[in-house]
Amino acid sequence: MGVGESVVRDDQGLERVRRLAQAKAAEGASLIQVLHAVQNSYGYLPIEVQRIVAEAMHAPLGTVSGVVTFYSFFSTEPSGRHGIRCCLGTACYVCGGVRLVDLLEELLHCKVGHTTADGMFRFEVARCIGACSLAPAIAIDDKVYAKVTTEALPGIISSYYEAEGSAR
Amino acid sequence: MAARYAGRIETIPDLDRVKREFLDSVKDFRFTIIVCGGTGCISSHCGDVLTALRKHCTLRGLEEEVRIVESGCLGLCALGPTVLVEPGDTFYVNMTSEKIVQVVDRHIIGGKIQEEYTFFDEPRKKHIPRLTDIPFYHDQVKIVLRNCGSIDCASIEEYISRDGYFGFAKAVKELGRVGTYEELIKSGLRGRGGAGFPTGIKWQSGHDQPGDRKYIVCNGDEGDPGAFMDRSVLEGDPHSIIEGLLIGGYAIGANQGFVYVRAEYPIAVERLQAAIGVAYDRGLLGRNILGTGFDFDLEIRIGAGAFVCGEETALLNSIEGKRGEPRQKPPFPFQSGLYGCPTIINNVETLANVPVIITRGGDWYASYGVGRSRGTKVFALAGDIRYSGIIEVPMGITMGDIVFRIGGGIKDGRQFKAIQSGGPSGGCLTRDHLDVSVDYESLAAMGAIMGSGGLIVMDETTCMVDTARYFMDFVQDESCGHCVPCRIGTKRMLEILQRIVAGKGEEADLDMLETLGNTIKDTAMCGLGQTAPNPVLTTLRYFRDEYEAHVVHKTCPAHVCKGMLVYVIDHEKCRRCGLCARSCPTKAITGGGKEPFAINTEVCSRCGTCIAHCTFGAISIR
Repeated sequence: MGVGESVVRDDQGLERVRRLAQAKAAEGASLIQVLHAVQNSYGYLPIEVQRIVAEAMHAPLGTVSGVVTFYSFFSTEPSGRHGIRCCLGTACYVCGGVRLVDLLEELLHCKVGHTTADGMFRFEVARCIGACSLAPAIAIDDKVYAKVTTEALPGIISSYYEAEGSAR
Repeated sequence: MAARYAGRIETIPDLDRVKREFLDSVKDFRFTIIVCGGTGCISSHCGDVLTALRKHCTLRGLEEEVRIVESGCLGLCALGPTVLVEPGDTFYVNMTSEKIVQVVDRHIIGGKIQEEYTFFDEPRKKHIPRLTDIPFYHDQVKIVLRNCGSIDCASIEEYISRDGYFGFAKAVKELGRVGTYEELIKSGLRGRGGAGFPTGIKWQSGHDQPGDRKYIVCNGDEGDPGAFMDRSVLEGDPHSIIEGLLIGGYAIGANQGFVYVRAEYPIAVERLQAAIGVAYDRGLLGRNILGTGFDFDLEIRIGAGAFVCGEETALLNSIEGKRGEPRQKPPFPFQSGLYGCPTIINNVETLANVPVIITRGGDWYASYGVGRSRGTKVFALAGDIRYSGIIEVPMGITMGDIVFRIGGGIKDGRQFKAIQSGGPSGGCLTRDHLDVSVDYESLAAMGAIMGSGGLIVMDETTCMVDTARYFMDFVQDESCGHCVPCRIGTKRMLEILQRIVAGKGEEADLDMLETLGNTIKDTAMCGLGQTAPNPVLTTLRYFRDEYEAHVVHKTCPAHVCKGMLVYVIDHEKCRRCGLCARSCPTKAITGGGKEPFAINTEVCSRCGTCIAHCTFGAISIR
């Protein structure tokens, strides 16, 4: 992963992170709140970004890194333009969520926990998104798709490509 | 839409005035149409229904006659989007923008209920238009969910019109701090997060603890897969949580509260944040609330995805911005919690009970329930059940009534096999337990727990060994790694279960699972680890024959565990068309010409494609 490159290319982004982290720290925000804000702005939390947060919070880098790696919402890899979370909560599991995961891996040419080569989707499995009555469910960004079938899934994925005007 | 009342609510007469004015403002509407805006219905596109409804009512000039409300969860999420028309309690399901237009034209204008769009009772093969006549709702008692699905979740005025914030007023003006927690002790309310500790006693400990700075925290980290009760309350009635925290803060002497909500619930966070903003604007949070001299500030903290943060001391660490690892107890949080100060932590559902217990009295609340389990419990009903959704029932109802009367039984004509209560910390119960009373003690006696309220129903196509493996995979992944029994013990249990479902288990594995499970139960540091073996231990106890089938006969009776399935071709039925061989992605099927088709089990990936392609039904699983 080209962390080094992205730093060289994205000084402005890092400067924005620095200002944001300092502002949040001045408000008295907790480390997790600062990381949420920074990840929303920068997209992910590579080590350079963690170092800036550590400086702003006057905390050791190890503390910041420890928190980033503890929580599943924080990512040290760049995310796709959209995030797919395929729910494998109990209800979705019982109702066939695994079949959706298998098919998504096939459709996206991408394993769980990774981002597609074209940077379109980050593909993750969710523990439970709370849409248990609509099992099996997947969430793309904040939109929940209910009672998803293996027949419907390809259409859902391609609708995102169509929206960007780039057919697969 | 109800008019918005400007101005702050600074005294109890102000509260009365807001209530009166709201009721006056809605009394001239002929109809109220409630569109469910819970996460379930939002996923089923209730937004389109709401837009179409507003547009059509304007087109027909009905603004003065019809009040349109976007409410929280109405409960029957499986049939969303749902719409309730009052008066008359007419319940429309699976609404679309086209259907709602017809409902307006024929029901509201024409005066005739559109029966074909109302709830259809499949077992009885008839439509039931009235919500209260539907078996799903008939046996429910709504205390926690009193406002969910019946008020505009964004309206503080409508919440006040239902005696909202009067509980806080009564606590401060009439009961006093001691009287407030005594009322809760009288009610018998116990923590609804799972552990069931008496709430009044907890508050008393908080009150008695010396300290200038105390905190009250709402635990909204509803992490059990299959549970979505707290989310429904946060989304549908956010002011009840704010009021519950106000009352609790007052009782224990805390001037600062936090609501910890998991990051997976964006709508709940948004609505709660909006409700907190309104409460500040109107003077129901901040300085000198209702002229009582009591100050209270409230903030939301969003989780970052870690199941263990539902454990109260891990949650405190997470609020402080640290890794969500549990702390050693004692000291208990009421002694030394957030930032080392006395802290009381209550679950969302517990707090939603509080305002109504204060306004109506502890004795009234205690009139529901059985034994030491008083009041009601909210459950999230999901899995292989006909009517999944959110329900609230009095304690002491039987599991059978929940599954068959309220939930409508099993989907697709299959057989009931098991019900899992309490998520990864709970246990699986069988058909023999269907007439056992649902209360803290009875469930614990069977090895399950009340838990936070997730109920997953499983039919005959579910493999209990695989289900146990699923839960163990979950807790093993979510174990924070702080203590050895949980970090290593769950890993070893998972490995054994993986071996068993792959067809490589031995009989001795079952005893090893039991020994390991009991050791982890006794020695893990926090609630997550101590309850982690429950799904395995209960399935071992109640479905031992299924485990034995896996380890002794190397078969999976439910045909779930792929490692043990054998696909076979029935040569009587086979017409040698070769479709199966061509469709097989791993080229495991050979034959053709004079050679009969056969499946090479070494190569077969058990994907089932051949069964789907065979037009003669010649391939089956053994």
